Amino acid sequence: MNRTIIAALTSAVFLTTIVASAQAQTAKLSGDMVRIGVLTDMSGLYSDVGGQGSVIAAQMAVDDFGGKVLGKKVDIVSADHQNKADVAANKAREWIDRDGVDMITDVLNSAVALATAKVVAEKKRIMMDTGAASTRLTNEDCTPYTVHHSYDTYALAHGTGTAVVKQGGDTWFFLTADYAFGHSLEKDTSDVVKANGGKVLGAVRHPLSASDFSSFLLQAQASKAKIIGLANAGGDTVNSIKAANEFGLTKTQSLAGLLVFIADIHSLGLAATQGMYVTEAWYWDLNDDTRKWSKRFFEKTKKMPTMIHAGVYSSVTMYLNAVKATGTDDADQVMAWMRKNKHSDMFGKNMVLREDGRLLHEMYLFQVKKPAESKAPWDYYNLRSTIPADQAFQPLSLSRCPLIKK
Amino acid sequence: MTEILGIPIQALLGQLLLGLVNGSFYAMLSLGLAIIFGLLNIINFAHGALYMMGAYAAWLSLTYFNVGYWPSLILAPVVIGAFGMLIERGFLQWLYKLDHLYGLLLTFGIALMLEGTFRYFFGVSGQPYPVPEQLSGATNLGFMILPNYRAWVVAASLTVCVATWFVIERTRLGAYLRAATENPKLVQAFGINVPLMVTLTYGFGAALAAFSGVLAAPIIQVNPLMGSNLIVIVFAVVVIGGMGSILGSIATGLGLGVIEGLTKVFYPEASSTVIFVIMVIVLLVRPAGLFGREK
Amino acid sequence: MTRTRIGFLVALALLLAAPYFVYPVLVMKVLCFALFACAFNLLLGFTGLLSFGHAAFFGMAAYVTGYAMTRLSLTPEVGLALGVLAAAALGGVFGGLAIRRQGIYFAMITLALAQMVYFFCLQAPFTGGEDGLQGVPRGALFGLLDLRDDKVIYYVVVAIFVAGFSVIYRTIHSPFGQVLKAIRENEPRALSLGYDVNRYKLLAFVLSASLAGLAGATKTLMLGFATLTDVHWATSGEVVLMTLVGGVGTVLGPIVGAIGIVVLQNELADKVGPWVTVIMGAIFVVNVLAFRRGIVGEIAARLRKQPPRSIPEPPVLAPASDATVTPETPGSAL
Repeated sequence: MNRTIIAALTSAVFLTTIVASAQAQTAKLSGDMVRIGVLTDMSGLYSDVGGQGSVIAAQMAVDDFGGKVLGKKVDIVSADHQNKADVAANKAREWIDRDGVDMITDVLNSAVALATAKVVAEKKRIMMDTGAASTRLTNEDCTPYTVHHSYDTYALAHGTGTAVVKQGGDTWFFLTADYAFGHSLEKDTSDVVKANGGKVLGAVRHPLSASDFSSFLLQAQASKAKIIGLANAGGDTVNSIKAANEFGLTKTQSLAGLLVFIADIHSLGLAATQGMYVTEAWYWDLNDDTRKWSKRFFEKTKKMPTMIHAGVYSSVTMYLNAVKATGTDDADQVMAWMRKNKHSDMFGKNMVLREDGRLLHEMYLFQVKKPAESKAPWDYYNLRSTIPADQAFQPLSLSRCPLIKK
Repeated sequence: MTEILGIPIQALLGQLLLGLVNGSFYAMLSLGLAIIFGLLNIINFAHGALYMMGAYAAWLSLTYFNVGYWPSLILAPVVIGAFGMLIERGFLQWLYKLDHLYGLLLTFGIALMLEGTFRYFFGVSGQPYPVPEQLSGATNLGFMILPNYRAWVVAASLTVCVATWFVIERTRLGAYLRAATENPKLVQAFGINVPLMVTLTYGFGAALAAFSGVLAAPIIQVNPLMGSNLIVIVFAVVVIGGMGSILGSIATGLGLGVIEGLTKVFYPEASSTVIFVIMVIVLLVRPAGLFGREK
Repeated sequence: MTRTRIGFLVALALLLAAPYFVYPVLVMKVLCFALFACAFNLLLGFTGLLSFGHAAFFGMAAYVTGYAMTRLSLTPEVGLALGVLAAAALGGVFGGLAIRRQGIYFAMITLALAQMVYFFCLQAPFTGGEDGLQGVPRGALFGLLDLRDDKVIYYVVVAIFVAGFSVIYRTIHSPFGQVLKAIRENEPRALSLGYDVNRYKLLAFVLSASLAGLAGATKTLMLGFATLTDVHWATSGEVVLMTLVGGVGTVLGPIVGAIGIVVLQNELADKVGPWVTVIMGAIFVVNVLAFRRGIVGEIAARLRKQPPRSIPEPPVLAPASDATVTPETPGSAL
């Protein structure tokens, strides 16, 4: 008797909670509006290079587009993936199933992007990745619905790696963030070092968002390599550079930051970073268009945009153009249109979307200015060379993407 | 070039010293856990959170009130110790008559609350805390460059550990404490305020955790998760050492830190699991722990 | 007794109709965690052992199932079976080690062992480390049922949950379950009655681990990935919380707890961010201080129409003088 009541009560609790959480599911159809999700790191080690800035950049793109496409509202939603693949995959699934999200952008952090790409492809939506760098996204793990927008580890390795080896840095030891991104960057850079006649002496893997780099740096020091390649990003790069200074590594060895964002330079200061080579897809001070856009971004955030922020703006613009031109948010048609047409905005001119999902555009090799050369806050880079779009990225002939017919 | 088993001696000694630094933290934290457990019979899951709060106390007072490292080294433990006493009065005191597992669960909940609050205000990425000027720089020992600050950490924590041992084993106050641990009712009957002693003990444990936190701040990034990453390892240390003796806790903590450092040289892949493997072996051979009393 | 049956049938009917009203993935998530919590409760509520490392079984099974289906291209049923076997084996090892100590040490040892599994999963190549194991195909169950359809997999998950729950229900009400309760109430007495207490504890541990593994394996099948979150100690903490909230040692408590906690997390995570952790912690604290019987336990106590205070505390976590814990306590520090 008591058990019956308990069972009944339990079912009642079950039903109410479930009905309460049901709201969003039936409310919207995908066709009623275009909804774009910014999936990013809001509070972790990458929040400075993506984070809230990416949401603002996406909103700027929507505003510049007039807030509507095909007469329907364009809506931005955002979420913090906490750098966890499962959080991201769950969020992406829920966004698509319940909230009718059509396109997901930013997806900073390669582990997150790989997980999200799987869900997005299964559900036939589009992921335009501007933050994650692993080349796996356009190789082993490529999907017909992934656009790898801004940069990747191949481009970074070829830009910075080549420059450093040519300066005489021919023996390398890697300090690698232990996940997809770090592994890709280490591998791609090793290939470049070897191709240019250098030697790789070893590598040590550190956990993402490591708190203490000292023991890893001791291993790097013991290797006696000339160059310690930092195959990590964001807060990890900043902290490993600081720890290297503390342990006196910089006296005998040089550090090569393989992915350094302008936000990292800003937090480390020019004194600690001068002379470093940096490969970027975009810099705020490239031309009038970039300066104008960056000024608007700066007014909203009090920070200069990173290439990821600019990439989010560009990807949203690109997507909305495609929806407008095709008259639908159907992923297959939108992707086909984006592959067929060239794209130009303040991020790049005549960008081409390749069949493996790689967006081709120019990359830039910068060198960090000496403190005396910098005339204004955020004036950090000297442009050393521009890498043309057809050389910046991995050639299609080397692609390991199963979608590519050879 | 000097090498041992193909490992440069420089790397070996370097990792040994770093292991000693980590071991100092294990020692101080497991000591605090042991003292609290001794009198309160509670495994303080919030110990990691208190350690984290110590580091944040130092960081906050530097950032907002421009209070430097040295005052923080005293102030943070005092503040967090007082906070610990509030926890004891507000929550823990209601549990003494219940199963000890409730203490574990309650302090786990407190740890979650503290961690979540700090995550809300400071995010999960670390805040840098500068090394105090007097200890900045490094000494070239020939075989390695030792940042002075790390040497100070080992010295400071050893001093605190030994002082704690002295107070408990060699002073009148310590004698009361030991007696209360054995038989609280009897000690109470002798006119000693045992509840007050319990509160002070928890406060002292919290202060010890906070002191470790301040010491750790310049080495690692001050972040909300720094405590929970550490506390599980410290639990393993406690299981290995057994909570039977103060010197045992200190020795086990330091020893395991060194072993972990050595593992980083010879087999880096195992460095994060080696302490747990040792725990398994100790459990098989001597279930009560190295210094525990078998019952 | 027939009323109990009617109650269960009503619950089942609701469950079967649910995907037409609610987001099925959410209900499936609830079911996986409900099964996980029920498995955990078998150990805590009915044997009196607090394991703080149950995520290890949940997560290891999730990884093994994912690996079997992705890299070895095995079918879902084989994948699930392998996942459960892996969890059972791991449960045997954990149980064998942990039952050497009691009470609070038991909890710490399981936590430490689970942390070791976590680090193992972080580094072992087959788990994908920080990236996790992604893109696990749902495949077709027995080659017949195409699980890619959300509705189909929903009913499969319901079937798995009902099967798992029935096993637990039967176990509790079997002679074996009675011995477990005897151990929980008074271990020395059970020992003196001639029961091989350690063997019973170990069996209960392995059973609980296997069912936790079944929950983890099902979760991988449904969501298509296994990650470090599944083996992290926070997941172990969550399952403790679910059981505590619902009612330790009650049959339905863990299910109610799982519904509450999963829905709370799901709906609040975006709105309040890290405050979810604070709320979880607060629930823990309130539960331990004021609400030790949990929701179902409290309701059951009130339905017995006696003043609630006269009902004993949930038996596992009995007063400190309980014989099951005393051997550890006096040999304290200093």
